[in-house]
Amino acid sequence: MTSEVIESREHSNATPKNDERVRLRDGSAVLRISDSEATSMVESTSTEIVDPSEETRMILNMGPSHPSTHGVLRLILELEGETVERSKPVIGYLHTGMEKTAETLSYSQGSTNVTRMDYASPLFTELAFSLSVEKLLQIEVPSRATWIRMLMCELNRISSHLLFQATNGMDLGAVSMMIYGWREREEVLRFFEKVTGLRMNHNYIRPGGVAVDLHDGWQTDIKRLLEIIPPRLDEYDDLLTGQPLFQKRLQGVGVINTAEALALSATGPILRSTGYDWDLRKDEPYLAYDQVDFDVIVGTHGDSFDRFAIRLNEVRESLKIVEQILELMPSGDYRVQDKKITPPPRARIDESMEALIHHFKIFTEGFHVPPGEVYAAVESPRGELGCYLVSDGTSNPYRMHIRGPSFVNLQTLPHMMRSGLIADAVAVISSIDPIMGEVDR
Amino acid sequence: MSVSTFDVSGQRVLHPGVDEFIDLVAELKEEGFNMVVDLTAVDYSLFPNRTDLPENVKPERFEVVVSMINHQTRERVRLRIQIQDENPVVPSLFDLYPGTEAMEREVYDMFGINFSDHPDLTRILMPEDWVGHPLRKDFSTGQIPVQFKSSKAKR
Repeated sequence: MTSEVIESREHSNATPKNDERVRLRDGSAVLRISDSEATSMVESTSTEIVDPSEETRMILNMGPSHPSTHGVLRLILELEGETVERSKPVIGYLHTGMEKTAETLSYSQGSTNVTRMDYASPLFTELAFSLSVEKLLQIEVPSRATWIRMLMCELNRISSHLLFQATNGMDLGAVSMMIYGWREREEVLRFFEKVTGLRMNHNYIRPGGVAVDLHDGWQTDIKRLLEIIPPRLDEYDDLLTGQPLFQKRLQGVGVINTAEALALSATGPILRSTGYDWDLRKDEPYLAYDQVDFDVIVGTHGDSFDRFAIRLNEVRESLKIVEQILELMPSGDYRVQDKKITPPPRARIDESMEALIHHFKIFTEGFHVPPGEVYAAVESPRGELGCYLVSDGTSNPYRMHIRGPSFVNLQTLPHMMRSGLIADAVAVISSIDPIMGEVDR
Repeated sequence: MSVSTFDVSGQRVLHPGVDEFIDLVAELKEEGFNMVVDLTAVDYSLFPNRTDLPENVKPERFEVVVSMINHQTRERVRLRIQIQDENPVVPSLFDLYPGTEAMEREVYDMFGINFSDHPDLTRILMPEDWVGHPLRKDFSTGQIPVQFKSSKAKR
């Protein structure tokens, strides 16, 4: 099923690969030409036409710095009039070799690095990294640490989805939505700043627990958030969900079905928008997600509107989880009391020689992790975020690989954009919600 | 099929050879593993004496790691394929799982491992004219000036 739906490979195999123009006519939605080929085609003035339909098609370059591409995503579009026939996302403009960098950083420094990948939801990458290190160390973090992680991650899911609401509205011309989405996100970020000291790139979730305990009176701050956000989500419904213009821009645009989404390894809201119920929090519960009650939101049509609605309602579900965490938060340690892994409290360093030594060792050499390889996955706002870690027994990872949901989900883009209008391309990019920092790493 | 199975902290790990790899994946697909979640590689050249391989598997320099998931039984399986240093080639999974296209391109870009029958095996993250494969262990960091296309400096 999948190979027929997604790619007509038979077609492309039947044609000689060296004939570029014939290769470009294969049945797939992906325009498989390279950067230089695209450039030469854009600049070419050649009038030699092999295929009559070629005359009406043109190659258009969009990006890498285009306001609707959320950073530095570049698209090569093949247009027939105003219709996008095939396209190719060109990425790598933000590539900084973070997986290579990770090999030179110790495990305790590692979360500082990974947090910069998905900058809209940094805590999830930290969580995936920490979970995989803990799996290799075979340690169990205290329950309070687990619940703090859950609280912070759900708040991060809220802030990330609010950012999506803002940018999605902006991309579609509902510019005031940008201000509203940003405003609510700011409230959540203010809480993050209070807990972690930073609004983004927190380096808060670390192997062994979290960096610091929640501040006194955190419950009051959470209660305030729980009061502020829900009525504003209802305002979004008034402003966007029910508006005929907004619906017309999104409904039936960028449709993907379950078979296609599965074949293209798409996860998160893209997969769920097709009506497929798959959420790692429910299906492979990590942290303490099996102890809280929430619903997995699924769509019906697999279009951009469903993806918008799923993200909006996931905010509501996350608020439900946060409310339960408020009740259930256990007391205790916020990190493992293993002196070989967690640094001693600052006050202990002045009075204990051993504490000083441990502190020194952890911050210079780092802690050693038994050799082995492990994969840990979490459900980030964009889908399955996995961390594959190989340890050789030293204090640096031998190899660290992050399975970025944005990177993989971006493959659905040509299929969603196919035979759509170029104006809809913007809506489709927006509905995938890619974070280029995670795509390029 | 004589594929060594290994349990690593509750995760099922299989060690197929390069020739049996594609058949095994097809078999797993039949079994219900409906998604390739992740595909990556490791260059083990600086870690030759690893001990996590079964006895009948000969360690090689490269290893391609494929994670698959079965949504019905919620099982995960990881395939680790040893690939020799010289002319590293693996059959592409594109025909079975089109979603591996970008991941295979990334492995090609970063490790120089070729995927036969891949529809578009080009660099994905690095510039098209980049020399070398950055995630190989012999690709040193911090000593090479950044390769800008228009730069007059020596590369």
